Amino acid sequence: MIPVLQPLGRTFLVFLEAAGRLALFTGEAVSHCLRPPFYPRAVLRQILDIGYYSLPVVGLTAIFTGMVLALQSYTGFARFSAESAIPNVVVVSITRELGPVLAGLMVAGRVGAAMAAEIGTMRVTEQIDALTTLATNPFKYLIAPRLIAATFVLPILVLIADIIGVFGGYLVSTYKLGFNGATYISNTIEFLEFQDVFSGLVKAAVFGFLIALMGCYNGFHSRGGAQGVGAATTNAVVSASILILSFNYLITEAFFAR
Amino acid sequence: MSDTPKIRIRDLHMAFGGNRVLQGLDLDVAPGDSLVVIGGSGTGKSVLLKCILGLLAPQQGSIQVDGQEVVGLRGDELEAVRHKIGMLFQSAALFDSLSVWENVAFGLIHAEKTPRKEAREVALRRMAEVGLKPQVADLMPAELSGGMKKRVGLARAITTEPEIIFFDEPTTGLDPIIGAMIDKLIVEATRAVGATGLTITHDMASARRISNRMAMLYEGRIIWDGLTEDVDNSGNPYVEQFINGRAEGPIEMKIQDHFG
Repeated sequence: MIPVLQPLGRTFLVFLEAAGRLALFTGEAVSHCLRPPFYPRAVLRQILDIGYYSLPVVGLTAIFTGMVLALQSYTGFARFSAESAIPNVVVVSITRELGPVLAGLMVAGRVGAAMAAEIGTMRVTEQIDALTTLATNPFKYLIAPRLIAATFVLPILVLIADIIGVFGGYLVSTYKLGFNGATYISNTIEFLEFQDVFSGLVKAAVFGFLIALMGCYNGFHSRGGAQGVGAATTNAVVSASILILSFNYLITEAFFAR
Repeated sequence: MSDTPKIRIRDLHMAFGGNRVLQGLDLDVAPGDSLVVIGGSGTGKSVLLKCILGLLAPQQGSIQVDGQEVVGLRGDELEAVRHKIGMLFQSAALFDSLSVWENVAFGLIHAEKTPRKEAREVALRRMAEVGLKPQVADLMPAELSGGMKKRVGLARAITTEPEIIFFDEPTTGLDPIIGAMIDKLIVEATRAVGATGLTITHDMASARRISNRMAMLYEGRIIWDGLTEDVDNSGNPYVEQFINGRAEGPIEMKIQDHFG
């Protein structure tokens, strides 16, 4: 029995250690986000990196998702003569779920990986030690600006993705499925509720925080040269993606469970 | 000259798991000294510097900088101690995302809140002191050769005029001529800002050029400490083997154990 329990116990202890380390890291990172000195130049650079440069990939994801959604809904709803529900399905699906989740996953792949690679390289080339010797706290200079920028920028990205996604649905519905453009837009606005958009933006802020946290945490703790940085990058994307999907459920439950 | 050593280390122990790197290390660095700690690869020289900087927490022992205990120090107090120390890293450790002058002026801009324009002027002066032309200022570190990176690293280390400067293997990876130039710049730059120097290296030619005192680290302790001119007559077989670079001697067994 002991040979079976021993590895289980060891794995559990390793898990607890990692969870504790992440909790301490998160606590310290958040505390540095709230206390001066702040680095506005670093925050602006991150806003540009995370927000502006992610626009093409998030925009493309959103427009094709909206188009496919309209097409698939039509093939399903046409059987029940319920085609008029398409604008409703598209706008609710995009704003509540697909906008934040897909944008989050795309940004995790693009930005989370880049953060882990950059901070990981700084770690293994002693640049983080160099920061410390220059009396600059790496949490303040490297991590806080990324957390602040990602949490602030993701909701804006998702809002843009929502608009582009709904526009994708509109394009397919009007040009391919024969909907009247004005009716489609009025149906969309009529069905849309404030909470649909708001819940999506809350999700986006949480996802932004998680993406930056995982990128920074894995980069900061990377060891052992190029291989270590590679592993940190993979872990950052995988852990951020899993956290996005699990927190998506939790936030949906908090907003919409009756 | 004050009686308080600039750096005073007593009974320092540092282990990574079962690997005991420092095992009761004692060392004093007097103000104005240029002390070089010599020792083979993997003997804990870099660990010693990281312990003094508070980047690693030793399991036991005391480290005092200007009489202030560093072990266990946190937050602003630790940053105040670090502010007294500049460091030239083995790989120079320049920030990839910043230009050369921004690297040199980093401590001024971020730790001392000097306006960027003024900090750039100071950076250009420091760069000139280490033989770097103003045209280099706007290049990125990736565009520099190894020797130039070391010069930029040196300029960055002295820009805030620290009281203590650490040099981690300053000549590693450089050809002998560039290495000798860097050593000369280290001596001049340290003297110009009136700093106390602590260098770790296994390059004996460099150690002789930089230091006025040497200490040898072996098996986690300082086994010899004396003036640079006395190192050839230390009477210590470990020091003699190391400075003459002989394969045979008391250190040989340990090398065999290591690879055996």
